[in-house]
Amino acid sequence: VVWDMLGNRQFCSYKITTKTQNFCRNEYNLTGLCNRSSCPLANSQYATIREEKGRCYLYMKAIERAPFPRRLWERVLLSKNYEKALEEIDENLIYWPRFLRHKCKQRFTKITQYLIRIRKLTLRRQRKLVPLRRKIERREKRREEKALIAAQLDNAIEKELLERLKQDTYGDIYNFPIHAFDKALQQQEAESESESEAEKEEEDDEDMDKREFVEADDSDLSDFEDMDKLETSSEEEQEEEEEVEKKASQASHSKSKGKTPLKGPARRKRPYIEIEYEEETEPASKTKAA
Amino acid sequence: RGPFMFLRWKQQQRKEKLAAKKKRKKEREALGDKAPPKAIPKTIENQRVYDETTVDPNDDEVAFDEATDEFAPYFNRQTVPKILITTSDRPRGRTVRFCEQLSTVIPNSHVYYRRGLALKRIIPQCIARDFTDLIVINEDRKIPNGLVLSHLPDGPTAHFRMSSVRLRKEIKRKGKEPTEHAPEVILNNFTTRLGHSVGRMFASLFPHDPQFIGRQVATFHNQRDYIFFRFHRYIFKSEKKVGIQELGPRFTLKLRSLQKGTFDSKFGEYEWIHKRREMDTSRRKFHL
Repeated sequence: VVWDMLGNRQFCSYKITTKTQNFCRNEYNLTGLCNRSSCPLANSQYATIREEKGRCYLYMKAIERAPFPRRLWERVLLSKNYEKALEEIDENLIYWPRFLRHKCKQRFTKITQYLIRIRKLTLRRQRKLVPLRRKIERREKRREEKALIAAQLDNAIEKELLERLKQDTYGDIYNFPIHAFDKALQQQEAESESESEAEKEEEDDEDMDKREFVEADDSDLSDFEDMDKLETSSEEEQEEEEEVEKKASQASHSKSKGKTPLKGPARRKRPYIEIEYEEETEPASKTKAA
Repeated sequence: RGPFMFLRWKQQQRKEKLAAKKKRKKEREALGDKAPPKAIPKTIENQRVYDETTVDPNDDEVAFDEATDEFAPYFNRQTVPKILITTSDRPRGRTVRFCEQLSTVIPNSHVYYRRGLALKRIIPQCIARDFTDLIVINEDRKIPNGLVLSHLPDGPTAHFRMSSVRLRKEIKRKGKEPTEHAPEVILNNFTTRLGHSVGRMFASLFPHDPQFIGRQVATFHNQRDYIFFRFHRYIFKSEKKVGIQELGPRFTLKLRSLQKGTFDSKFGEYEWIHKRREMDTSRRKFHL
């Protein structure tokens, strides 16, 4: 009667229909499908296996208790031992229809299997999913952008490097005399031009293994080609600049591209490093050159 | 009524402000030399809430602490840094490439795949093989988003959130790859006590003696609690001019927590955790 009313014809709130099948949402349902034989509402003699906190219970419904809904389902705790539990199911459901017994045992088997899996997985490392909060994410992103702008990284790095240069952390690698000295030399250079040129040719080969950077006089050049000429004395520096200047003018570079090898003597074998400077030509240079 | 009233009011405010500004400028010019000096514009850095743990350069206590903390052997040149870089499970292509690039930036570093190993178990193995630091890059949705930096022989562990990661090919420049030379290290703006210890952590990743021949510099710049990492090659064009060219990956970090011992999520002793409710309330208060 119940089945005629609920299951097949009218509305049953536990029933879910999909394209191929009908499911039953009732928690006491044994198989999960909506059938005449597995509906806990329609059958007055019914049994299920449910698990709570890792322990399995056998729930039984008997026709005598039909008018007492509170005492309708009788609960039996099953032992943790798999075989023993199966025996207990058999004991309790003796003289019950074969279908129920069989399905109960199947369900019990499945439940124990997934409980074992849970216990195994908790022993391994587990990934914890932490939900992000959109508002906070947006806030952080915005603050990061503003901090980036406020930081002015390039300037800060350049300043720091120049500071270190001033405090002589680089030692003797870079050879930059102070500006005043430089200007004094420039006057000298004009006089001793022709003599030093010849000298410079000889010096070049000797000093190949020492690495020193020659000051590219910023009054003359903003872009230059070769920084691998090595000089020890400052007089030759001026010569060096002159020669480099000539080369630069010959090559007629409009973009600022400089090639500098890493190590002096092995420069042919090592790959070149192209360095591109993003800086404008100083106004001073223009006026002096002109 | 309606929205027009507000717009009109706003326009009026703007006009008044402009007029006031012009008036002030005229007054200033009229006064000439006697004008009061220009006011310094307020920035967040100017208005920063004074942090009591700011390190004074001459502080003896701090100096003593630093001589005896976990980084002392590094700074005394007793240990050579050896870094192990790894990821979380199943890293995707971007993370893998980022790890490789990071290992070229940091000399004497090795990349190993995780393969589901528990951190607590690999740490003793690392110590046995003489590694000094461990870096774990956490990945989410195919991009790296977290960094765990752990100093190995029982050193502090810092957990960062990583953002805006740019691989080498995404940076606009035309340079070659970083070479094997030890880069210089620049640590900017690590003012407080906490910032100081984090800065020392970063410094201990790189060999103590930079090779100036390489002309490479790695920068950790702290600004408003965000640490920006950049890797450049520099060249001195003159005494007052330096050119820098960016090579190498870039990323930003935000410190989430600092633990006293090595990585231990459950029983570790936390020196500092970022508590959102308390610490994010003020816009002028920073902790690093």
